[in-house]
Amino acid sequence: MLACLALLVFGSLIAVISRADWPIALGPGDWAAVRFTLLQSVISALLSVVLAIPVARALSRRQFFGRGFLMVALGAPFILPVIVAVFGLLAIWGRSGLFSDVLGLVGLGRVDIYGFPGVVLAHVFFNLPLATRLILQGWVSIPAEHFRLSAQLGFSAWDEFRCLEIPMLRQVIPGALVLVFILCMTSFATVLALGGGPKATSVELAIYAALRFDFDLGRAAVLALVQVILSGGAAILLLSAGRPVDLGQGLGGARRVWRQGGRGIDSFVICTAALFLLMPMGAIVLRGVGGLVGILDVRLMEALWMSLQITALSTLLAVGGAIGIASLAARSSRGWLIEVTSTMVLVVSPFVLGTGLFIIINPWLDPFAMALPVTAVVNAALSLPFCVRVLVPALQQVERNYGRLGTSLGLSGWDRTRLMLWPALRRPLGFATGLSAALSMGDLGVIALFAPVDGATLPLLMYRLMGAYQMDAAAGVALVLVAVSFGLFAAFDRGGQLGRHL
Amino acid sequence: MAVTCENLIFGRGTFRLAADWSLPSGASLALIGPSGAGKSLFLGGLAGFDVRHGGQLRIDGADVTDAAPQDRPLTLMFQDHNLFPHLSAFQNVALGVDPGLRLNDAAKAEVTAALAQVELPDMSARYPSELSGGQQSRVALARALIRRRPLLLLDEPFSALGPGLRREMLALVETIRGQQNCTLIFVTHSPEDAKTADFVSFVHDGSVAKPVAAQALFDDPPATLQEYL
Repeated sequence: MLACLALLVFGSLIAVISRADWPIALGPGDWAAVRFTLLQSVISALLSVVLAIPVARALSRRQFFGRGFLMVALGAPFILPVIVAVFGLLAIWGRSGLFSDVLGLVGLGRVDIYGFPGVVLAHVFFNLPLATRLILQGWVSIPAEHFRLSAQLGFSAWDEFRCLEIPMLRQVIPGALVLVFILCMTSFATVLALGGGPKATSVELAIYAALRFDFDLGRAAVLALVQVILSGGAAILLLSAGRPVDLGQGLGGARRVWRQGGRGIDSFVICTAALFLLMPMGAIVLRGVGGLVGILDVRLMEALWMSLQITALSTLLAVGGAIGIASLAARSSRGWLIEVTSTMVLVVSPFVLGTGLFIIINPWLDPFAMALPVTAVVNAALSLPFCVRVLVPALQQVERNYGRLGTSLGLSGWDRTRLMLWPALRRPLGFATGLSAALSMGDLGVIALFAPVDGATLPLLMYRLMGAYQMDAAAGVALVLVAVSFGLFAAFDRGGQLGRHL
Repeated sequence: MAVTCENLIFGRGTFRLAADWSLPSGASLALIGPSGAGKSLFLGGLAGFDVRHGGQLRIDGADVTDAAPQDRPLTLMFQDHNLFPHLSAFQNVALGVDPGLRLNDAAKAEVTAALAQVELPDMSARYPSELSGGQQSRVALARALIRRRPLLLLDEPFSALGPGLRREMLALVETIRGQQNCTLIFVTHSPEDAKTADFVSFVHDGSVAKPVAAQALFDDPPATLQEYL
């Protein structure tokens, strides 16, 4: 499994290197793309993480009606298809969105978020929840006894912040910053939908333009190398900053607060964050229901069918591969396998992978005819590291707790799998499968490179409808897409929780 | 001799533990000693889980030095995780008959009888989470019973129970031992429990001392044991 992944990654990398125009020279447009990529990633990461600090602090301190719902909502942007989220954001912040309407009422002009502000806004929308969860984990990890002690010693809010909270933040923040930075740097779909033009083109968008519009393989390869260098540097940063892990659960309730005061600020922070997250999601549902009527045509059905095929294939590949790699990595001495898997996919991002495959396939076959399998393979590679990270702890735990019992009873081979491993893996496997399926369903990455003009997945169909200003139809597609993505995730996740577990 | 350790050395990390003695068939042996002295390591080694660095092990005359854990004529009860939480009490016991849970009618009757013998006749459909700590121990004992292995090893499986319940379990173990005439080796921190055994071994300084008659040892303990007590 690992060999297949390595072959895919290094094969693509070699293809990119061999096809690049030598000597490598970057034009002014390319440098602008590099600058835009770095600048929007830095700003997005800073905004997401800095804004997440008060939100996480308020959530760690306050118990309120709807807290559980808000915690679930914090996980939603991760599996919300990017193009759908962009649609929701435009419904609020776009030229004809709610915010502009309000500005119009008080006599101000409308805002236009396309370009840099839109890209940053969308990235904050996606990553503020992630950063909040990571930082909240930090807050939860401070023992309640420390807060009890500080209350007894009469610490002021500032003393408490300085003695207890700053040391924790100092550990959590660097990893969160770098992680969000990387996610923003490799977020193709957001820039595709909200960026563009000479001022707002990222390196990945430039690759897309070179391949799709100019069919300039040499230039695309050069840009892909630039992307590899950028993400390679980021990967080194991440390895040295310590990779934060979103445990996805166990954030529990709020802690007890002894000192009075600060309630007003906390309420304001929580309400603002909730509105920022929930309003675009609400807009998707409201506008989608209206748009459903007009779109039940053959294009939607074809796109749905293509999306489902890609999702089925990529989920099968990702989960199968993850089981193979995880069972290797779970043996205590092979923990580095997890890092290797993640880092490979990080450095050679899915988009670069797609570019490499495009270059490899091009001399032999029509790349546009291979859209389905190629997208499935790249999507699988994208979610593989995540699945491995979910499965390894479960495997390690069952071996640690029950391995000896099973062995002493003679549980081996199929019986061990059936009676011991499967009951332990079913829950994380359901979660990983659901996540992998939702991510693949909502993906708008390499499919944009490979899709034939007359065929599309649901996200691509939606993007094309938005590009043609058919907003009602796009809203309908968005609703179908969200329903299928979340439905797949919920079905697998719940399915894994049925019955008794180990 | 039921259990014969010939220059046995078990290891975990850089720690080494030696044993060189024999225990007669049907006897009970208590292992006492400070935490970290290697009591669990010794049982893990006997059961074939921990690494052996030398020596030989014979159980009832058969050389089991290199036997796989499931092929050794013994049952080891662990400190915790003796039951699979996703299997019913019946299934947990049935694993002792067939690890694939393929049971014919006679075997099923045998499982039911074992549960009745540990005084859990109506609990077979329950899951471990629906049983008390004492009842969980009884299920694990029922499985030990049904496996009929001539050597029973207890790595403090009852340590989470209260003192009364613990003594009750040890009494049940004694009953089983009487019926099946098996040899027993158990780890304990309580001198009272150790006194109930035929023999006692003091585990310290990297070795499992030669078993000594319990009465004699506690009547006149050597200096090192006195210090520990």
